[in-house]
Formats: sequence, structure tokens, C-alpha cells
Amino acid sequence: MMLENEALAFGETEGDFSAVDKARVVEALGKVLPPGTLMYDAEDLRPYECDGLAAYRALPLVVALPTTEEQVVAVLRICHELGVPVVARGAGTGLSGGALPHTRGVLLSLARFNRILKLDPLARTAVAQPGVRNLAISEAAAPYGLYYAPDPSSQIACSIGGNVSENAGGVHCLKYGLTVHNLLRVRGVTIEGEIVEIGSGALDSPGYDLLALVTGSEGMLVVLTEVTVKLVPKPQLAQCVLAAFDDVVRAGEAVAKIIAAGIIPAGLEMMDQPATAAVEEFVRAGYPLDAKAILLCESDGTPEEVAEEIARVRAVLEESGATEIRVSRDEAERLRFWAGRKAAFPAAGRISPDYYCMDGTIPRKRLGEMLTAIQDMEGKYGLRCMNVFHAGDGNLHPLILFDANQPDELERAEEFGAEILELSVALGGTITGEHGVGLEKINQMCAQFTTAEVRQFFRVKAAFDPPGLLNPGKAIPTLNRCAEYGRMRVSKGHVPYPDIPRF
Amino acid sequence: MTTIEKEWAERVRAAAAARTPLCLRGGGSKGFYGGPLAGEPFELCANRGVVAHEPTELVVTVRGGTPLAELEELLAEKGQYLAFEPPHFGPGATVGGCVASGLSGPRRANAGALRDFMLGIKLLDGRGEVLRFGGQVMKNVAGYDLSRLVAGSLGTLGILLEVSLKVLPRPVAEATLRFELDEASALRRVNEWGGQPLPVSATLWQDGVLHLRLSGAEAAVQAAGARLGGEALAPAAAQALWTAVREQTLPGFAVEEGGVLWRLSLPSTAPALGLPGRQLVEWGGAQRWLAGAVEARAVRARATELGGHAVAFRGGDRAAGVFQPLAAPLAVVHRRLKQAFDPAGIFNPGRLYPEF
Repeated sequence: MMLENEALAFGETEGDFSAVDKARVVEALGKVLPPGTLMYDAEDLRPYECDGLAAYRALPLVVALPTTEEQVVAVLRICHELGVPVVARGAGTGLSGGALPHTRGVLLSLARFNRILKLDPLARTAVAQPGVRNLAISEAAAPYGLYYAPDPSSQIACSIGGNVSENAGGVHCLKYGLTVHNLLRVRGVTIEGEIVEIGSGALDSPGYDLLALVTGSEGMLVVLTEVTVKLVPKPQLAQCVLAAFDDVVRAGEAVAKIIAAGIIPAGLEMMDQPATAAVEEFVRAGYPLDAKAILLCESDGTPEEVAEEIARVRAVLEESGATEIRVSRDEAERLRFWAGRKAAFPAAGRISPDYYCMDGTIPRKRLGEMLTAIQDMEGKYGLRCMNVFHAGDGNLHPLILFDANQPDELERAEEFGAEILELSVALGGTITGEHGVGLEKINQMCAQFTTAEVRQFFRVKAAFDPPGLLNPGKAIPTLNRCAEYGRMRVSKGHVPYPDIPRF
Repeated sequence: MTTIEKEWAERVRAAAAARTPLCLRGGGSKGFYGGPLAGEPFELCANRGVVAHEPTELVVTVRGGTPLAELEELLAEKGQYLAFEPPHFGPGATVGGCVASGLSGPRRANAGALRDFMLGIKLLDGRGEVLRFGGQVMKNVAGYDLSRLVAGSLGTLGILLEVSLKVLPRPVAEATLRFELDEASALRRVNEWGGQPLPVSATLWQDGVLHLRLSGAEAAVQAAGARLGGEALAPAAAQALWTAVREQTLPGFAVEEGGVLWRLSLPSTAPALGLPGRQLVEWGGAQRWLAGAVEARAVRARATELGGHAVAFRGGDRAAGVFQPLAAPLAVVHRRLKQAFDPAGIFNPGRLYPEF
């Protein structure tokens, strides 16, 4: 037996929503949403036209700002009945266009779901609405000596619902895991308006692991209304080692040697010389400017544990040919070491009119190879690139610098980026480690997955969303799109709000 | 595709066309778990061997039929291990069976579950297609996370050809402490400790005694031990204890003829069960074992009331359903997912839920 909407369910073609009637949608939603929570005039829609990937912009048909779960259910039931696409949005800080509005759809903002509903210090759990900011959870947990571990650098702005939808990482995920490892439960609503509870306060649930499936699903499967996260005890102490190298490949090898020595640092980051020069100018972190690469290696735990680990890290770094090693002497110095790393993106924005951030992940041992290849590409495309890496987990954020006002620089930057992503796949890695596919990397998905695998993704989506109304056109490319990939190169853009620290 | 993969793909396609149910079997060590076994036996042990192990990448990729013991030995040679401490339940245990059962051992509450260490899979689905999801890298958000979905699916979604698992360095030091505590005090204590920066790696309460294992840096284990007090076990006795917990060879896990060993997965702070039967409490309070002749309905109702679920882990009427029934909307999603991977319904029918 095949599903009726076979072509859509099996991912051959994009859905056609041209018949959606705005007046009808506005009328129906107006009946279930209180005044002031439904917007449909162009000037009210404008603030929602893009997420953190500002090069892609579109005005939705309407914006709905529900305040209760009943309203979310009602909105989704109406959209289901009328066949209207729905794009859920948290804080809008995503970098892959995942919350880009659908021109024939409802932009469902969860910004008003902004309360922490419960915090249980003994059980070490917090129940939050999806619009709660990541950092707000850690702030609420701080009086109990607890915190929420995943810390994407945009954590002062990004929402927990968005974190779940993207499976957000951060600089500490090598030791503390990604969002998927720190989540206990979500509550959400399907496109059919059914409330689903996935997970619980227990560590596992009967049946298939839908919690993992929903995490990182980019708003394609359910609309979240509640999230239960695990809280962990704050380490007594954190200390950071800064090591300088006169060669990027040697720095990459040092990363592998630290892991090989059986050490799992709390954070292990790398920056190349152009990146350190750019941030030093900006934040004066005291980085050695003559180094070709620097490593930041953080250790946390009890004072005894940290002392033991730092000594081991130091020994490995010395053996790996570090030209200089500094250990943070106090919290202020530790924060200064990190300030530079966290300011890499704003710093790129200061030295270049535009930049384009990549998110490939590769096996750690291929770091040196990738860095050498990127250096060659700089010559090939005539553009500069500064590299910041979550080196510990092989996640690269090369920042390609360009000026969109110069003829063909944008095109060259895009080709440069595509070559890095395709090399990431060729080296045994992936096109996206933590930013998501969204719309930005949808073509590169065709390079990473086969037709049969893409079909399977569409079937999985249909298991939650048979009519294909949740965030259509994102995350998973249709097979038609893949067939066109190669002559189609979509434009990418820079990050708005450059003052928010990222990654 | 390898020769085995080609052969198996053909066999799966033929079974799908004929709607012949297949009973997937690795080492046969976990046949007791889940719904009743049904269908034509499909032996998976021939597809064995390590595909890649890069100690510095913290990743190992192995074929599904690889013996679990062989994998653990290989990792131990490099000072690494599977941090979720999977139970074997028999000498023949395979990595594929380990993933399909989704079971984790004493370290689960602190180090994470099997699903947390899944990085990628190669799966033969019910159409006879070989699909790869995830990969060999730590961070990967390209496509839905279908590798974790397969963990614990009891072979109902396809044949696991290969799996990539994250591995970790073995802790430098371990120590096990013994405390005499009643159930309520033990539950309170393990939850309080859980909120402190202590290197706890396992807990077990049984018959008025709490055992607590610490793992980590030498200095951290020593400092925590000095602070917590209790009576330290000799290393050999400690190792024997945690192996017996993992493999359920401790007498407390034994079930009499006609009895059931229930596994209750609950919020760690849930109060004492108050049900008749022998009890063991693991995972900082989040996993409770109950052995005895307790009525299924009473166990499930109590688990629900406490915010968790119950599994008839060993014994009992398997045909009546081993796992807690799903809420209606989730049951629909489950049926559709099963259909997506295995449209003819040939893989391990009834092993997870009687309906599919």
C-alpha cells in the first residue's frame, strides 16, 4: 500500500502551496488567537523575514504569536485543515535559514513561551518553555550549584527550543555532550493538532527513541511547547591552557595527541594566525601574534583533578612542539583567553565587509590536511580565510572573508565554501556539525546522502507530518533539487547582530 | 556492498515479497528480552569484524555480528572502553544485539546510555536497501538522527550491518564504597551526591546496603572517597560486584518459576516503590528492579504514577506485551515509522509491540 501523496512523501518534488488563500487563513486564525497575536500587514511581518542567515529573506503570509499550548493546537489544526505551511521560530539566531518564513505559510513564533516552569534541584532537571533563552536556564540553576551544560556561544540570545531543533553544541560538548545528551523530555504538538509527550523525567522511554529523532529535526516533525533538560553540578574549578605553535599542522597533531593520551578536556579549541590577529586587534586577549596557530585547552573539575589534568596536557603540548604554553592563573585570565575565541565572528566582521561561515566536521586526524587544503584554496579563489575550530571534536568554522560589493567575490566565496564542505564529506566527515542544514546547506545534502537515504528521510517526516506542512523545503532536499544541484548555487550571507558572540 | 550484504539484501527482498517474517538473531544472548520470538531464523553472526578503529578519533566502526567481548578486548588494548558498560547476558553477545536491545549498564546515569554513543549506522532496510545514517564524527546534524532511532528498536527497523560508536579512555582510577542505609535515605543521598561535583560512576542499593562507585582522575577519586566516608571495597571485590550487577548474576536479580523481573525506569527522586518483591536500585535511583510475582497492572500503574515506565524484563507472559503501552498519538507515529523502514512488516514482528 502506498500513501496517496506519494510524490511528496517520497521526496520527489516540492509541495505546491500556491492555492493558499491569505484572507481565509487570517479569518480562521483570528478566531482562535487573541487580538495582537496575529499579524498580517507587511510592516509587521518585516522583523520576521529572516533568521541569523540574513542573505535569505522572505515575508510570511502571517505571523502568529500564540501564548498558550491550546492556541498552538488551534493554529496547527487550522493549518492542517487548510493545507498551510507552518514555520516555527524561536529566537531567530539560527545560521542556516531553518526559520526562514514560507511565503505561503504561517510563521509561528514561540517567543512568548518564555517561562521556566519548574526547576528541581534534587532531581537536577528544569522544565522550560521553548522560548526560554539557553543562558537563562543556567542562571536559574546557579543558586543550586547547577547549570545546563550545552553552551552555544550565542547562548545569551538563542532559545532552548531552537537548541533542541538544531541539536546545538558549544565549546564544551566534547566532554559534556550536545543538546541530545542533555535532554530528558519534550512536549509538542503535531501538525494534526495532537499533543505528544516524548521522553519523561526518567532516563529512557518505551518504544523507539523519538527524543533523539526530534532533536536536531529543524522544526520538520513537531512544534515544541515544553522542554525538560538535565542540569549538572558546576565544576569547582576551571583552568585554561593556551599553547602557541609555529605550524598549523603541528597544532592539529597536538590535538590528536591530547586525545590519544586519554584526556577529554572540557574544551579544546584552535585558531590560526589570521584569526588570532583579527581578534587580538578587537579584544586584546594577549594572544601571541607570531604563532601560526594557538590551542586553548580547558580542564575542569575538582582542584586535584584539574591540577592532574593540566600537568598531563602540558606534557603532551611540550612534546608536540608548542613554542609557548601559558596556564590561566585566575578566573579573569581564563575568561580573557576565551574572550578572543568567542569574539572571532565579530572580529571577522571588523576586518572584512562580509564573511561566510562554514560548519563542516571531519575526523580529527585530517585537520592538518584540511588546513593545508584551505590554504591552497585561498590562492585558488583569491580570498582570505581565517580558521576557528572546535578542534576537539573536529568541527571547523572557516570564515571566508569577502566583499559583496566587489564583482564576483560573493560567487568566489560560495565556491570556496562549497569546496570546503565537499572536502569535509570526502575526508569522512559531514557538511554540518552544529548549525543545521536549513536552507543554506540543502544542496550539499545531495553530496552526503544517496537517493534511497533521502527518500527514507521523507518517509520519516511523513510519519509525523503526513501532509508535509511543517517547515517544507528545509533540511532534506527533494530529489528534483538534487538532480538540479551542480548548476544551482544559492547565495549565502553574513551574520546579523554581529555583537552577539557565536559558536 | 560486500558479498554478505548482497546475499542478505536478496533474502530480505524475497522475504518482503512473500511476507515471510524473519527472526533476526545474533549471539542469542538476549532472546529472553522483548516480545516472543517469531519468524524464520535469520543468523547475523557471519557479518563480523572491525571495520575501523582510530583510537585518537575516539571512534570504532564494527560489523553487527562482531562479538561484544572481542570489541571490548580490542578497546582495552588501547586503554579505551564502551562507557555505557553494555550487559552481555551470555558469551555470544554481539555488537548488533547490544545496539538492538539498547541496554546500558551500571555507568548509564553518569556516562550516558548506548544511544548517547551512537555515531552512525549502516542498515539493511525492509526493501533490501543499504542505508547509511550519521557517520564517524562526534558532531553531525545532517539529516534526521536515524542511528539513535535504531538503538533499542529490537531489530524491528532493519538489519544492522555496521555501527560506529564513540569510545572513551578508561578512567585512570576507580573505587567502590559501601554504606549501610535504608532505602529512603539511600535515595536521598544518591540524589544529593548527584548534584555535587563528585566523580560518581555507579550506584547500587539492595537490602539496606548502598554501594557507590567513583571513577576518574586519581586525585579526584581519592578526594571524593575521603570526603564521603563509607567502607572501601577491595578492587577485585568491587570489580566482581559491578560485573555481577551488569550481568544480573547477583542473587537479587533471580526470578522464581513463574515470577517476573520488572525493570522500572523512573525519575531518580521517585520515592520507594512500596510494591511487594525483592528490589535493587541502580542509576542514582533512576532504575529499579523488582523481582517477584507482582501483578503486571499494579507495576505499570505505579510506574506511571511515579512518572516513568515499567518493562517485564525477564519472565512472565511475553505475548501480553513486555513494554509499557504507548499513548495513542505516539503509537501512530511508531506504526508509521515501522512502515517506513519495513513496509512488509517482516523484521522481528511483535518483538517490540504486539501490534507490529
